[in-house]
Formats: sequence, structure tokens, C-alpha cells
Amino acid sequence: MVVLNKELMTIVREVDVIPFRNRLKEHAVKIGMGLVNQTKIITAASELARNMLKYAKGGKVTLEVISTGRENGIRLTFKDQGPGIANIPMAMKDGYSTAKSLGLGLPGTKRLVSEFNIESEVGKGTTVTVIKWKNG
Amino acid sequence: MKNEAIRILQKKNKAILESWMKFQLLDEGLREDLMSNDDLRSQSEELLSALTSNLNDNNIEDAKSMGFEQVNDILASVSISRAKQGFSPRETGNYIFSLKNALLEILQQEIKDPQELYMQSIKIGKLIDSFSIDTFETFLRGREDVILRQTDEITEISTPVIQVWDGILALPIIGTLDSARTQVVMENLLQKIVETGSSIAILDISGVPAVDSLVAQHLIKTVSATRLMGAECIISGIRPEIAQTVVHLGIDLSNILTKSTLASALKTAFTMLQLQVTRKNVTNLN
Ligand SMILES: Nc1ncnc2c1ncn2[C@@H]1O[C@H](COP(=O)(O)OP(=O)(O)O)[C@@H](O)[C@H]1O
Ligand SMILES: [Mg+2]
Repeated sequence: MVVLNKELMTIVREVDVIPFRNRLKEHAVKIGMGLVNQTKIITAASELARNMLKYAKGGKVTLEVISTGRENGIRLTFKDQGPGIANIPMAMKDGYSTAKSLGLGLPGTKRLVSEFNIESEVGKGTTVTVIKWKNG
Repeated sequence: MKNEAIRILQKKNKAILESWMKFQLLDEGLREDLMSNDDLRSQSEELLSALTSNLNDNNIEDAKSMGFEQVNDILASVSISRAKQGFSPRETGNYIFSLKNALLEILQQEIKDPQELYMQSIKIGKLIDSFSIDTFETFLRGREDVILRQTDEITEISTPVIQVWDGILALPIIGTLDSARTQVVMENLLQKIVETGSSIAILDISGVPAVDSLVAQHLIKTVSATRLMGAECIISGIRPEIAQTVVHLGIDLSNILTKSTLASALKTAFTMLQLQVTRKNVTNLN
């Protein structure tokens, strides 16, 4: 797999999500991703950025355009240094929330993307990586 | 023993100001429409005297030291006010960089020993560079404040509630629906329902870029609040790609009346109010 383009953006306020979402959309359009998949990755990104803001007071996101040769896609890596998640299987359950919100951010995101990976260490932080293939 | 450069700079205050002003006015980009030359001069004089009078052997290498509080305050207020007045970064940068040129010019005239001149120039250069960085950071913060204030204003004005028919309100939402925005939308809507005695509200989200779980939760809340007021709420403008995404996210909108377009929502509203829209029978008119 090769990385065709890589950008790092910092998200510490709600308004920082807007330029990030716009860049993401630009890249999705550029690789020819369809409207439905664009909307899915943008919505997933919005969930993960919100989590980072809400639970970890912000963090960094890496936006990459990747290619396997046969298929192009977008990989997003959200990295924060927040409190971490003690019980990941629990956090991945539909409806589980420590903030009285819908509890659909993590499980919903997993359904919206092609590949999903979460790593977290209590007291250290959380890293969520997602890939959406152009036709995935 | 007092540092030679400090002694010179304090003695030559007037000459420095003249040369600094000369450098500033040289800039072709300087715009008199934003600040008169007199104002520029008194602003420059104030900063220069704060700088030279507070300069001493201990703080010459530390722009952050206590002695420079006054300098930092003046610079901060200059750059904030310039940001708000619409000065460009170039104009603001030139203000402080030309001060450096003026200081270095005086040192060059006064210090004869090349070794000493080099050492002192480096010191003064570093000090002013450090002030410059702070100036840019403050300038940017000033610009960000302007942008944030505009964002707030846009939030306020971009959530109009329109009475489209007797008893029917429409509320087109354009842009991101964050928590602050939802609060404004909800308050406007509920107030207008009371004012107009309307029984149906149409929330059109065609202009919302993404419906994630928080936006969905806000929508659900708004619908519940409307129902508590005894009115019904229809959400329109749910594009097909948004509908699919919302389903994958796992959001249940089955308790909410949704329509794909504002027109079809209006049609539903008419039906609910037992109103009928009919075309005039043209043949009977002649
Ligand atoms: N970046 C993060 N850092 C710490 N905790 C997190 C993070 N992201 C999610 N969580 C935890 O996982 C839970 C589930 O998240 P999510 O599925 O997005 O639902 P919600 O945000 O509605 O609570 C959250 O309530 C929170 O406790
Ligand atoms: Mg969430």
C-alpha cells in the first residue's frame, strides 16, 4: 500500500472540524469517491472528531490518500492524549455512552467505514484509524 | 558596566525614531486610510521609549522578562487593534521589522569595533525577533477573534423561522448544527410557534452537510420540544445519501415524520390541516 498524500491537522475546538471536513471532502472528490461513500466517511470523521473534542479535549488527525494499486481510498488516524477507554468492547456497543448521548459514535463509525481499528490505554490516550475505499 | 549597545540606544532615542519612521513610510503598502501618519508616529514613539527605557544588562537576552511587560503590552495592543482594523500581516510585520532595521542602523553608526558591533547586533536582533514572533501570534489571535465573532453573528442570523402558511412554519437550516446552534434554532422555533399559534413546523435540513449522531440527537430533541408545545414537526430535506448514512449509524428516526423535500413536507402539512390546493379550472374562465 502506498500513501499518495498526507496531511496532519489539529482539532482543539468545534470550529476546527469545519476545515478538516472540507479537506476530507476535497480528497474524497479527487479520488472519485461516490456521494454515498463520501457522506459515510465524512459522517464517520465527524463522530470521531467530536469524540476527541468531547472526551480528550482535542487531538490530532492524519488525513491520507492511500492506494493498493487496484483501489484508492482515504485513511484517517485520530490520535488523542485523553483519558483513554477502559473497556473497548463496551464502548463499541450500540447505545453505550458515558455522556448521556446516543452512544452510536464508535459502533456507527465502524459500520460506515471499510476498516476500523481502535487502540486505547487508560491515562495515555486513544487512537482510532479508519479506512474508506473508494468503492468500499 | 552598562552594555554599550544599551547606552547608545538610550542616548539616541530620537534618531532611532526618525529612522524607524522613515523605514515605515518607505513601505509602499502602507495605507494611510487605516491609520494617520501622526497616529503611527505617536504609537511608534510610545513603543520605542518603553523598549529603550526598560532595556538593561539583565533582560537584553530575554524578551519575556519582567522588565519588558510594558513593551509586550503595547505590542499586544498594537497587533490586536491592527488585526481588527484590517491591517495585513505584511503591514504589521513591517512595523516591527523596520524597528529592527532602525536599531541596527544606529548601532552601526555608533560602534566602531567590528567584533563588538557584530555581537551587539546579534543580541538586539534576537531580542526584536522574539518580540516579532509574539506580535504575529497576537495578530493571528486578533484575526481569529474577528472570525469567531462573525461566526456567532452568522449563527444568529442564519436561522430564520418563516411562516409559510397560516398555521405552518418552516425553518431552513444551513450549515453545521452544533449544540449552540440547536439552542438558537429551538428557542426561535418555540417562540414563533407561540406567537403565530402554528400547529406544524417544518425543519428543512437540505443545507446541513452531515448528520452525525449529535446532529440527530439535536433534531430528535427539537421534535420532542415542538410536540410538547402541542405542534407537530416534520423534518424535510433528507437526501438519499444522508438517509443511508443515518441508518448505518444506527439512528432510529422512525418516530419522526420525515420527507425528502420541503415541497412534500408542505403537502403533508396541508393534508394534516385538511387543506386542499387545487388548480383553477381554466376552461370555465373564458
Ligand atoms: N477519544 C475518546 N477518549 C476517551 N473516551 C472515549 C473516546 N471516544 C469515545 N469514548 C468513550 O466511549 C463512549 C462511546 O462513544 P460513542 O460511541 O461515540 O458514543 P457517545 O459519544 O454518544 O457517548 C463514550 O461515551 C466515551 O466514554
Ligand atoms: Mg460520540
